[in-house]
Formats: sequence, structure tokens, C-alpha cells
Amino acid sequence: MRVMVLVKATEDSERGNYADHAEEFAAVGRYNEELVRAGIMLAGEGLAPSADGKRVAFSEDGGTRVIDGPFTEAKELVGGFWIWQVSSMEEAVEWLKRAPFKGQTVELRRIQEAADFEGKVPQDILEAESRLRARAAQRQAE
Amino acid sequence: MGDHAHRTVEAVWRIESARLIAGLARTVGDVGLAEDLAQDALVAALEQWPSAGVPDNPGAWLTAVARRRYIDGVRRQVTFERKVAEIGRELAETESPMDEIEFDDHVEDDVLRLIFTTCHPALSRDARVALTLKLVAGLSTEQIARAFLISAPAMAARVTRAKKALADAKVPFEVPVGTELATRFASVLEVVYLIFNEGYAATSGESWTRDELCEEGMRLGRVLAALAPGEPEAHGLVALMELQASRIPARMGRDGEIVTLLHQDRGRWNRLLITRGLAALAKARSLSRSAVSRPYVIQAELAACHARALSAADTDWARIVALYEVLGSLTPSPVIELNRAVAVSMADGPAAALPIIDALAGEPALRAYHLLPSVRGDLLSRLGRHAEARAEFERAAAMTANSRERAHLLRRAAACG
Repeated sequence: MRVMVLVKATEDSERGNYADHAEEFAAVGRYNEELVRAGIMLAGEGLAPSADGKRVAFSEDGGTRVIDGPFTEAKELVGGFWIWQVSSMEEAVEWLKRAPFKGQTVELRRIQEAADFEGKVPQDILEAESRLRARAAQRQAE
Repeated sequence: MGDHAHRTVEAVWRIESARLIAGLARTVGDVGLAEDLAQDALVAALEQWPSAGVPDNPGAWLTAVARRRYIDGVRRQVTFERKVAEIGRELAETESPMDEIEFDDHVEDDVLRLIFTTCHPALSRDARVALTLKLVAGLSTEQIARAFLISAPAMAARVTRAKKALADAKVPFEVPVGTELATRFASVLEVVYLIFNEGYAATSGESWTRDELCEEGMRLGRVLAALAPGEPEAHGLVALMELQASRIPARMGRDGEIVTLLHQDRGRWNRLLITRGLAALAKARSLSRSAVSRPYVIQAELAACHARALSAADTDWARIVALYEVLGSLTPSPVIELNRAVAVSMADGPAAALPIIDALAGEPALRAYHLLPSVRGDLLSRLGRHAEARAEFERAAAMTANSRERAHLLRRAAACG
């Protein structure tokens, strides 16, 4: 199974203040190395401050409005993520407990598999979704 | 004991057991004894953690318990009356290296030694696979038995025999050097790929894919690539497994029926695994300084041809034919020849491929291989020779042990009219 680990932003990460956190960065680097050595890390990225971000708001009739960052409430913003391949949610919890974080809450979410939707969503919607992903992949490959 | 507590202990075991067993094996010089000691520590954890909670450093806790068991065992072996004077010295000798068992840099080397030991060619393939899953991947005997569709006692006996065979062969706990390294490393790669394939191409039973074995194979491959980062074949194997696994979500249709590669909905392929697989392949290529061909890298190149193609029609079949030719010259095999025939049929049409298939008809290695009549049936049906095609599909259906595959072949036979 796969899980996503959601790490929240902090006020410093939102300010782009990385200089004061060199030690934490080094610790996360060592932790990443452990994850790679264990063969469980599929992906992991940190997000730039929300000042570089955008939001697109959709109105009820589907119209769009673009909102520029930064966004308030650092604690509600995602600051980075991992995707891990683990044998169980308990294994993910045990791995996360080893992460070098202090004073924050980190969230683990199971990534849905196709089997989660079977019988729940009409098949034609699944197939349409699948075609969309194929087209997106095509653009990516071009 | 709570089910949750049990699962937590199992999770910690998955994370810690390889390093624990590897560290112990270096000290006691015997992988079988190391595993017994580690199992004792696991039993203690199952007894104590549910009430006392998981310790802050569970790896160190397990190591300390296993270390105590070892010292207790040494104490029992030493006859008190005769060796009173020696006890102090022996204990001092055994305790000092034991104290060094920490999760230091050496432990990664120990894990590599452990993998080389459980994949030793002195063991049968089945024994290597079982022992690697047990000692390196941290699976329980019950889990391995379920994966291989045999009873837990039978699997336990297989593991015990394998440990005894290692002891009898006096296999040293070390990474081989010199000319031995290449063959031993090939054996390690083979075991990892066997584990993956047992999940990917489930040879029997109801389930077409057994995702957990696939995931474990990929995980072990990544562990190996991290331990031996300079080995192109380690990265090639990771690339091969990740690219093949990227197709798992598309291999089964709405009613659980098999969907073959060319008919798969490529939108369901796992893009993350494809991206990772292509990156691992690029890494393997960058490490291959010489032109020496490497079987896993070439197989990964083959898988990459499919991964890059946006539809079956877009596939670079000429390149696939060429890659099979290289692979066949490197590791001649009728199965590779069969695959080459399929590629030729796509590149140049079924008529060009049929003579290759017919040349394989008397091949003893393929006598019980259902894909030979299955592929021949496909070529014949594309040539409009429906009656012959139908007979081939029926023959193939009678040969496979996989019920989903049998249903697939019988559907194709029926479609021949």
C-alpha cells in the first residue's frame, strides 16, 4: 500500500527563512537517506512559500477567479510531502515516529487504489477519468 | 493482546529485523543462530510491548534482548565446574564485540552480507526465496506460506532446512570478493526478481497478482540498489520491476478478467512508478561504462519501450525486436525467443512470426508452457486460420494453473467461432 505523509508549513518556511534551520534540514536529509535505504520512499518534495502560490476559486456556475499568495494560517498550509510504500498503516506510523520533527503534527493518509472505487462510482466515470489521465500523460511525454 | 498492538510489533519487526539479524550474525558468525536470537527478542516484544508500550528506540531494545539471550546461551554451554576460571574471560570476549552492535554505518554492510548469505547458491531457489523473505524482508513464516500457497508447517520446515544447509556448507557471513562476486550477485538479483515475479505472474491460484510480493520485491530491489549503488544491474532490476508494476492497475478488467498488455487502458498505468522506473534505467545506463550487455538493464529497456508508448500502435516494435535479439544472444532461452516472435508479429505481421514459433514446437523447456500455444493461437487467428487458432487456445487453457488465465484463453477460443 501507499501512503502520503503531509507535513504542514511553518511561519519560517512561509517566510522562506531556511538559514535558521540548517540542522533540521540536515536531520531530514539523514532521515530521507534512511527511507531510501529501506526501499520505501517513492517520492518526497518540499513546497515553496505560498507567496509563490496561486489559488483558483470556482464559483457555483463554474466561473473562475485567481487569488495570489501568500495565504494566511501557515499551520493550515501543506509545506511538503512524501509518498511511501509500506506494508501497513502501522508500519507508516512507526516510520513517521522516527522523523526528526518537533512541535508539529504530521498527517498520514492512505492513497486510494482503483479497488477503492469499484462498485462505488459508475464505470463510465472511471473510464472517462482514465482517458483524461492518458491524455495528461501524453502531454507530459511530449 | 490487542490486535492493534500485535500489528504495531509486526510493523517494527518489518523495519528492524534485517538490521537486527545482520548485526547479530556478524557477532555470532551464524545466520541461523542470529535469527533464533532475534526471534526470541520478537517473542519478548510481543509479550511486553502491548502493556508497556513500544519503546522509544525499538531497534536498540530488540538488540539488547537478543544480546542477553546470546550471553545466557553461552553461559549455559560453559560447564560451570570445569570452566569456572574461564567464564570471566569468555564472557569478556563475547560481550565486547556484542557491545558494538549499534545502528552504526557497519550495519548497512551487515545487511548486504545477510542478503548474500540468504541468496547463497548452495541453497535451492525455493530455499533462497523463503530465507530472504524471512530474514531480510521480515515476513513471518505464515505470511510467506500464504504467498506461496503452502502450509505454514511446510514453510517452517523449508526455512529450517535452509538454515541447516547454510550451516552445513559453512557459508561465511561475508560479501564475496573477486571472481565469486559476479556470480553471487547474480544469485541475489535472481532471488529478488523471483519474489517480484511470484507476485506479478502468480503461477497458480485465484489471484492474478499478489501485490504484496510485488511490493516486497521492489522494496528489496531498492534496498539492494542503495547498498550497491555502483552496480548497473541493481538499478536495472529496480527499473524493470517498477516499470512492470506500473501496469498492475490495468491488468484486470471490470469483472476480474485479464487484460493483456496491448489492450490495457494506459491511463490506468501508475505514472509515479513509470517515472521512477525510467529514472532507475537512466541511472543504470549512466553506470554501464562498457558495452557489456546486462540482462536486467535490457529487460528494463524492453519494459520502457511499452511505458513510453502512448498506445499499443505507438510502440517501437522494431526496437523491441532488436532488444530481444540482444537478450537472446546474451542469455539464450526459448521463452525469450517466444517473446521475440510476438514482437516480430507486431513489427512485421503474424506471417513473419509464425516460423519462429513453429521452430519452438519441439522445445522441451516449453512443453508445459501455456504461452506457446496461446501465442500461436493469437498468430493463427490474426491470419484468419480460426479452427487451428481455437485448438491452440483450448490447448493453452488446459495447460495453465491460473484460473483467470484459463477463463481468458477459453474466451479467446470461443471468439474463434
